[in-house]
Formats: sequence, C-alpha cells, structure tokens
Amino acid sequence: MGLGIGLLMVTALLYVILSNGLSVFWPNRIAEITLAPGSAARIGDSDRLAGEVRMRRVKRVPGRSEEITRELQFFVGNRDAYGFGFRFVDASDVAATAYPAGLAMITRLEYGPAIGYLVSLAAGEDAPVPADDPRFQGELQRLTREFADRRREIERIEKAAIGPLSARKEQLRLAARSAAWDGKDPDPAAAAAIAAEIAKIEDNYATLAEQAGALRALQAKAKLTYRLPTGAERTMVLGGVVDVFAPNRMGFGERCVRFAGNIKGFLTESPREANTEGGVFPAIFGTFVMTLLMSVAVVPFGVVAAIYLREYARQGPVVRAVRIAVNNLAGVPSIVFGVFGLGFFVYFVGGTLDSLLFADRLPTPTFGTGGVLWAALTLALMTVPVVIVATEEAVAAVPRGAREGSLACGASKWQTIQRIVLPAAVPGIITGMILAMARGAGEVAPLMLVGVVKLAPTLPLDTVAPFLHFDRKFMHLGFHIYDLGFQSPDSEAAKPMVFATTLLLILLVICLNMGAILLRERLRRRYQTAAF
Amino acid sequence: MPDAASSPAKPDPILPGTPGPGAIEIRRFNFFYGAKQALFDITLSLLERQVTAFIGPSGCGKSTLLRSINRMNDLVDGIRHGGDITVGGRSIFDPTLEVISLRKRVGMVFQKSNPFPKSIYENVIYSLRVAGQNDRKVLDRVVEESLQAAALWEEVKDRLEESALGLSGGQQQRLCIARAIANSPEILLMDEPCSALDPIATAKIEELIEQLKQTFTIVIVTHNMQQASRVSDFTAFMYLGKLIEVDTTERIFTNPSIQQTEEYITGRFG
Repeated sequence: MGLGIGLLMVTALLYVILSNGLSVFWPNRIAEITLAPGSAARIGDSDRLAGEVRMRRVKRVPGRSEEITRELQFFVGNRDAYGFGFRFVDASDVAATAYPAGLAMITRLEYGPAIGYLVSLAAGEDAPVPADDPRFQGELQRLTREFADRRREIERIEKAAIGPLSARKEQLRLAARSAAWDGKDPDPAAAAAIAAEIAKIEDNYATLAEQAGALRALQAKAKLTYRLPTGAERTMVLGGVVDVFAPNRMGFGERCVRFAGNIKGFLTESPREANTEGGVFPAIFGTFVMTLLMSVAVVPFGVVAAIYLREYARQGPVVRAVRIAVNNLAGVPSIVFGVFGLGFFVYFVGGTLDSLLFADRLPTPTFGTGGVLWAALTLALMTVPVVIVATEEAVAAVPRGAREGSLACGASKWQTIQRIVLPAAVPGIITGMILAMARGAGEVAPLMLVGVVKLAPTLPLDTVAPFLHFDRKFMHLGFHIYDLGFQSPDSEAAKPMVFATTLLLILLVICLNMGAILLRERLRRRYQTAAF
Repeated sequence: MPDAASSPAKPDPILPGTPGPGAIEIRRFNFFYGAKQALFDITLSLLERQVTAFIGPSGCGKSTLLRSINRMNDLVDGIRHGGDITVGGRSIFDPTLEVISLRKRVGMVFQKSNPFPKSIYENVIYSLRVAGQNDRKVLDRVVEESLQAAALWEEVKDRLEESALGLSGGQQQRLCIARAIANSPEILLMDEPCSALDPIATAKIEELIEQLKQTFTIVIVTHNMQQASRVSDFTAFMYLGKLIEVDTTERIFTNPSIQQTEEYITGRFG
C-alpha cells in the first residue's frame, strides 16, 4: 500500500517533469484571438492578442466563490514592445480564435522572442524586400545563417583570440609589478622587454578589437521589419535575430526537426538573457568537470581509508568510534560541509596558497576564493562516507579462502590486498563511487559557498594553458535550477527552463546510477562464478 | 630457496642427526583461541617425503595443528601458543624468520578449492609473481612442470589463458595443488583436499598424492578413514585436542595400541 503510493507519486513527479521539460522544446502553434469589447486583457487599445497558450486554469474571483470562470495564460512575447511577456485572458473574453499562417516567432538575443507578421527585410542599402515577394523566404534564411556565422566569428575573436592575449598581458603586468616590489633596482633591460611585449600585445589587441568592431557594425547592416499583432510595426537589426519561423505553417515532420534542434541548442549553447534563454552547456560542463574532479579526489581517499579500517587497524573501540563517526558524517547537512569548505579550503588553504604562490596578484584572490577545485574537494569530503562504507563492505565480502590461498602462496598482506582483495572488491568500490557521484552531482547548497556562479564567463577546462583551471568559478545544473526558478527577474519566462534543466539533472543522475548498476553486474558476473 | 641444512639453526638435541629440510618436529605444542585451549601438549615428528594423515572426529584440532605448521592461524585474532614447531630444524616462531619465507617452503591446499579469479596460467605462477619473478621463460616452464606434476597439464594445456573458474571442482583442486607446488616447497599441507569432490576426482587426487610424496613431505587432514589408509604412511589420531596415538598407518589400522583409536577406526564413535 505504502509502496504503491510511493511509486505512484514518483511516477507522477517524473511524468510532470518529463512532460513539462520536453514540451519546452516543442514548437507550439500561435493563436491569435480577438478579445471581446471591454476585456481587461487588452494590450493598448488593440482587441487582438497573439501568443502560445501556456496554461489553462480555473479562476475564482475573491468574494464570489460560486462563480467559476476559466482563464488562459498566453505567452505573448514582444517584451520590448509590451513591457511584459505573459498575459492572462478570461475564457469568456475570447470572441474568436484563429491560427494565421503568417504569424512568425522571432527568437532574439535580447528581450526574448518576438511574435508578429513579417513585413520586410532590408539588406544594406538595397531596397527592402517585402514579405510577399517570392525572394523573401530565401533571402531571410540566407541572411540569418550568414549573420549567425558572423556572430560566432565575433565570439571566437573575443573569447579565443583576445582571451589568451589578456591572460599573457596580465602575466607580464604581474611580472613587472613583482620586479618593482623586490625593491632592488630592477633590470632595465628586462623592464624594457616587458614593456615592449605589452605594447605588442596591445597592438594585437587593438587589431582584433577593430576586426570585431567591424564585424559588429556589419551585424547592424540588415534590418527586419515586422508588425505586432496589436498593429504597430517594429524594425530590428538582423544581428539580434537568432531564428525566424512560422509555427502555424509547420507540419508534424518540421515540428519534430525543430524539436530536435531546440534540444540540441539547449544542450550545446550558452545561456542568454539572465539564463532564461539559450542553452545550459556551461552548466552541464561545469557539473561534469566538478563531479569528475570530486571522484578523482574521493575514490583513492575513501578506498585507502576503508582498507586501513578493515585490514590494518586493530579492531577495537577506536576503530568502532571512527566507523560511527564516518557513518554520522554521511548524515551531516550538506550546507555544513559548504561552510567548512569555505572556511578551510577557500580561506585557509586557498588564502595560504595565494600568499605563498600568487602574492603578486593580491589583493585579487586566485585560490582564496571559491573555485572548481574547492567545490570538488568539499563535495569529496561530503561523499567520502559513501565510498568508505561501500568499500569496507566489498572488502569484507571477499571470501576468506581467497585471502588464505594467496597468503599460503607466500604473498605478503599488502600483495594479497593488491592482487586478490582489491580486484574482487572493485564492483563494490565502483558502486560506492557512482553513488557518491550521483549525490555530488545533485548537490547545490555547499556549492553556493565554494565556487558556483550564476554565469561563468569561462569554462573550467579549455585550450588555454594550463587547460584545467582549478581556480575558476563554474556553473552547475542544480544551482542553475535554483537560479532560474527563484532568482530570475522574470520567473514566468524562466519556468520552462526550470523544468527542462530539472529533467536534464534527473537524467544525468539516473544515467550515473544505471551506469553503476550495469558496471557492477558485469564485474560481479566476472568474479562471482568463483566456487570459493 | 633457503636451505635449512645450511641455515644456522641449532642442531636438535632430541633428534639424532641433522633433520632434512622437509622434516617437521612438533614439540609440546599448545594452542589457544582466546581462553579456549584447542591443542594440548602435542609432540610429533613428521618424516621427510612421507605422507602423514591426521584423523579424528570434527573439532579435535587436526586442522588447527595443520594450519599451525605454516602459521596460517596468525590471521585469527587472539591466538596464543606454547611449545615449538620446527621445519627443517628451524623454529617457525623464530622472530628472525619471516612468515612469508616459511610459507614459501610449506605449500598448502585447502578444503574448498580456492582458485583466484584469474587465468589458469596466472593461478599457477601466483607465488612466483608475488616473489617478483617475471621472466616469461621461467614462468612458462614452471606452469608446465607444476601442471604436469598435478596431473592437469593434458586437460588444460590448450586453455591456459582461460579463467580458472571455468574448471570443474576436481580440476580446480588439482590446480590449487599445482599452485601450491609451483614454488617448489618441501612440505605440502592438505586440509581435507577431497571433501568436496566426487569419488573419481578423489581417486585422481589420491593417485597424485602417491606421486607427490616422491618429492614432498605431505601432511593431510582427512575425515575419510579409507583415504587415510590408502594414501598415508603414518597416521596420527587426535581427539579433543590431544594426540592419542601415532604410528605407521598399517599398525594404526590393523593393530592400534590404544582402545580409543580402535573404537574410532572401527566406527564405534566419532
């Protein structure tokens, strides 16, 4: 009975997340409704309103609870024009509903999508091509693709080319500064060399910036004009347009293609618009790198601790106390680990590292502030009991016959552990590791103290030496959910992203657990046929 | 292989002459698990290249005595012992003697076959691997010799790289014997090696013991009276931790001097 209710609730929860998470990517039709005269939902003085229906619900008017009306929530877009993105309309106010084929959804870099009728496209100095011209569609597609390519090029220049230059310049600046700090009369030749290199870098920088500027100017060369459903015409530069499509005109196949494309974009792009638009790639990547670093830290530590406790330590009150402490550690609220990580890793270890190795950068902290390494170590500390307990159990389950056989062959205790006990315990150890990973990947509270940020400009792993940047702050799926759902300026607009991100995080954790189970079963079959 | 004859052990005052490297002397040996005494004052000589069987009812301490010879009981917490055991004239409790080198000289085969979850090849050469021997030529030779000595070579020579866990029970036990003799020990301890095997596999192992005693001193613990009479040269009867009688197998089984022994052998108790 209880089990049934539990399963039902889990299934229902998964269904809600799955349906909400996936529906985000489905290109819904856009309805255009005509409002009854005097409706409170009018935008300006227009009686038209167009948008995606996001929600239908029963509305109760306060004080008149017997009167039940229904209302619809429309996503109307055009936040730049209307000042809002969503509108509630009483069902009784809807006089007519239509799905005009010409209504287009324009996804943009800023202000969220626009919804309207395309009017014309003007490229450079040419005369604008009106929307009913047969060339219009082809031209629009060609230009959007061209502008998207150029946007990527600008991004590449700014991130991949200018980034390393700034890093090198910063290095030189610090070298010059520490040379000056040493007090002894600085080597004039070295100082000159540094100055020369800085000048060269600044030159390069100026060239690149000019290039980027020129490209940017090109992005404003073409203009797209569209008419809002409420009547007014608006014009925007094509550089700000991500994509244009008319969902009402699309067939099922086209919708599926766009659905897949949206999912791909979600997984591979960076977020825009205070994270409410675009993808979550940096968050996936940050979660991945952090979890990996955590496993690298937690597994050796946990395994060594477990082997010591089980094989070497004298079984007595001390070991029993340690074991109880380890088990209790698993029950400590995670935020406490966050506070510990902040105090110990960030301020103490990081601060000491800074004063020893990066003194020339102070007061700007390098390791003395949250970062992916400290986050990984904090989570490693939090999950180490899982690994210890799993390893201890696995080690204890290795049959006595196997150990005795090894010892009788003249193997030392360590050789026996290394060659017989550990290989047989690997399935259990891996189980512990994956449980730790699953828990670590979903943890948010401690990370908020030790290095997770809303938007990280750089990834913790990239092509600039030393490639793995332990000191960098990072993005994380769990924190992303919190940030979208509760810290976003427009929480209504962010809601779909919350579901999608939640779905992704749950999938990630499920995948990790499934991986664990499969791996363990395979290894177990390999070792358990032994007739010990 | 440290040769006991050349090692600086004191000559034994009890035994006449210098004991061979495979001889075992047990002198006034007492053994305790915590407060419980398991062996009482056992004195026994096991001769080189002879098969000695320990018989007696369950719990009489024969396995404990066997496992004392290669100090396998060290794994158990809270054990104590009194008296002494010498192997090849040297005390196995000598603090300067490393237990690892003792176990290299005293191979052991267990009641349940316990091959490692590795290939047949790696199982046989395990003792050489842990001793740091990695010369493929040496290893190949040892594998062939050991498996031939264990009468397993013909059955497995084409699948040495396969997992040892795919072998039958009897084959696994012979593999364990091959593993125990790969390191060319002087003594082979067998703790009820056939108790989990069918009669055919048992017959094979018994035949094998017959051959192995040309090379090794064999000590075998068995519950099976017929087996003891078939394979052993000497038989020691133990009861409740005490050594009741030891003599040639022929005498023990035909004309024991103590009545208790006779009663046990004829199946009147135990």
